[in-house]
Amino acid sequence: MTAQLPTLPTGPAAGPGDGATVVGESLLRGAWHRLRRSPLAVAGAVIVLLFVLVALAAPLLAPYEPASTQWAGDVTPQSVPGPSADHVLGLDSFGSDMLTQLLYGARQSLIVGVVSTLLGLSVGAALGISAGGLGGKVDTAVMRLVDILLSIPSLLLAVSVAAVMGQSQLSVMIAIGVAQVPIFARLLRGSMLSQSRSDYVLAAGALGIRRRRIVLGHVLPNSLGPTIVQATLSLATAIIEVAALSFLGLGDSDPAVAEWGRMLVAAQERFGNDPRLAVYPGVCIAITALGFTLFGEALREALDPRQRR
Amino acid sequence: MTTMTSATTPEPAALLDVRDLSVVFHGSHGDVEAVSEVSFSVRPGEHVALVGESGSGKSVTSLAVMGLLPTRSAKVEGSIRYDGDDLLAMTDHERRDLRGAEMAMIFQDPMTSLNPVVPIGVQIGEVLQRHKAMTGRQARNESGDLLARVGIADGSRRLGEYPHQLSGGMRQRVLIAIALACEPRLLIADEPTTALDVTIQAQILELLRELVSGTGTALVMITHDLGVVAGLCDQVHVMYAGRVVESAPRRPLFARPRHPYTGGLLRSIPRLDAPRGEPLTPIPGSPNDALSWAAGCAFAPRCGNRIDRCTSQTPELAAQHAYEPGYEQALRCFNPIGEETS
Repeated sequence: MTAQLPTLPTGPAAGPGDGATVVGESLLRGAWHRLRRSPLAVAGAVIVLLFVLVALAAPLLAPYEPASTQWAGDVTPQSVPGPSADHVLGLDSFGSDMLTQLLYGARQSLIVGVVSTLLGLSVGAALGISAGGLGGKVDTAVMRLVDILLSIPSLLLAVSVAAVMGQSQLSVMIAIGVAQVPIFARLLRGSMLSQSRSDYVLAAGALGIRRRRIVLGHVLPNSLGPTIVQATLSLATAIIEVAALSFLGLGDSDPAVAEWGRMLVAAQERFGNDPRLAVYPGVCIAITALGFTLFGEALREALDPRQRR
Repeated sequence: MTTMTSATTPEPAALLDVRDLSVVFHGSHGDVEAVSEVSFSVRPGEHVALVGESGSGKSVTSLAVMGLLPTRSAKVEGSIRYDGDDLLAMTDHERRDLRGAEMAMIFQDPMTSLNPVVPIGVQIGEVLQRHKAMTGRQARNESGDLLARVGIADGSRRLGEYPHQLSGGMRQRVLIAIALACEPRLLIADEPTTALDVTIQAQILELLRELVSGTGTALVMITHDLGVVAGLCDQVHVMYAGRVVESAPRRPLFARPRHPYTGGLLRSIPRLDAPRGEPLTPIPGSPNDALSWAAGCAFAPRCGNRIDRCTSQTPELAAQHAYEPGYEQALRCFNPIGEETS
């Protein structure tokens, strides 16, 4: 614990005890200090931050309107115009400005990734909390359902949902969200069960604290760490799966929406003579997923109680 | 057979009266009898010790009194009366209302008994809000006062701190503050000093003594440390393998232990006045060597006073002449120290 003192932003002069207001240092703040010292975490955070900024500011950054295929005439079956003064990264296979499409694609990935992860997280958390908190028959029922969902490969599950619900942005979100439900449910239930056996839960019971309060006020907050980590990692998976669904032709069918996965599909036929078309969106997907994964792994280590000093 | 001959001594009604308590755990390897034939009582203001090594059933006894054993896997029989009411006949709901308000418990490990992600002020305030119907603000003020009472200077300013910012001794003080927040009439302390540094142990014991003696709180001290007993307790029950083997007031127990196990416990304490170089006298064997009480005395394999009868017949807990009126004195041994037959 003493090793943390020098890294406190207020310096050693404001250590606990002599300051006018002693503010407790929560576990999250401790994790924050550890995060800042890990180069991988910083790299991941920078990528994530850039991605989010680009996604939010896409209308400001993009040189042209999105999905305007006004240069479609320049695209021939043999070639797509490459980088030029007007188009820094050239055109894409539909005759739109590549840079514009990539920027708007980030926006699309962020929306779908966040919404579907939130969906998976909230439904999965609700299932996990009721299973871990109520136990007994509820637990058994919920976990059997989760086992069934887990036995289906997540991409296959997402494909089925997308196929049933038709091609729209919403169905992509639901498809990817549903595939994440069992992961969150199982994770939260597991960590709640292990926390339920801890001493402080017994101690709270010895004080006559009601079960509901113990579950929601004591067990749940202690179980959230792994869930936060999983949510970060799930964002990476979601972004890849959005692209994968588009690649399989099950993505958002609206051509006015820029989407990295669909850019990949379109680039497929021309990959031999114009790899640039596939490389740009591919690299975008890979870097974004890498950023979330790095950040998530670093978060996992920072929140790991065994790392606590 | 296990009841004491207490008819001769007029005494205030017991606050806690445990009779013939047995706890059986249903495990995958069959049933395990963790506690049986345990009887003791605690009067208001009295300090009673349950002494024994790990596995002797003393913690299970205290959890049974608190009603914290898992209902599915543990079968509790006998009677546990609190203030005349049979706890075992109560609903879970009624018992939960008693816990924290009427009876409280301090656990062994202060490092794990506080919730790591909840500020200590919230953890103290929680029990006040639960049992005293206080508002958040009232609970906060009261929590600060409580911290001051357990010797945490500047208590009200430290309510926002998290357990990991406090030392072990400080955490145990916080746990004591929580346990005593609603002024319970019965306090069970399960090895409250075992996990602490020796210098802190004395402070915590002194604090406990001060707090309970000021309010007339009855104290049940669960410990394996006879030093703790000597400093704090009036009545002692020594447990071995789930049963009481000797009950006595503190003074006669230390001056003249009767059961060979009690004698062994006393001899295994290092003494300053012993000649240097003299080896300590541990009790041979380990509690794992204990037999069940079904065929003879469970302590027999480790006992220096063993006679033939010990391995063929199970000794009963027999009431003894009480040296001090109002105390329980009993012994479960065929061949006690000082009366050896062979």
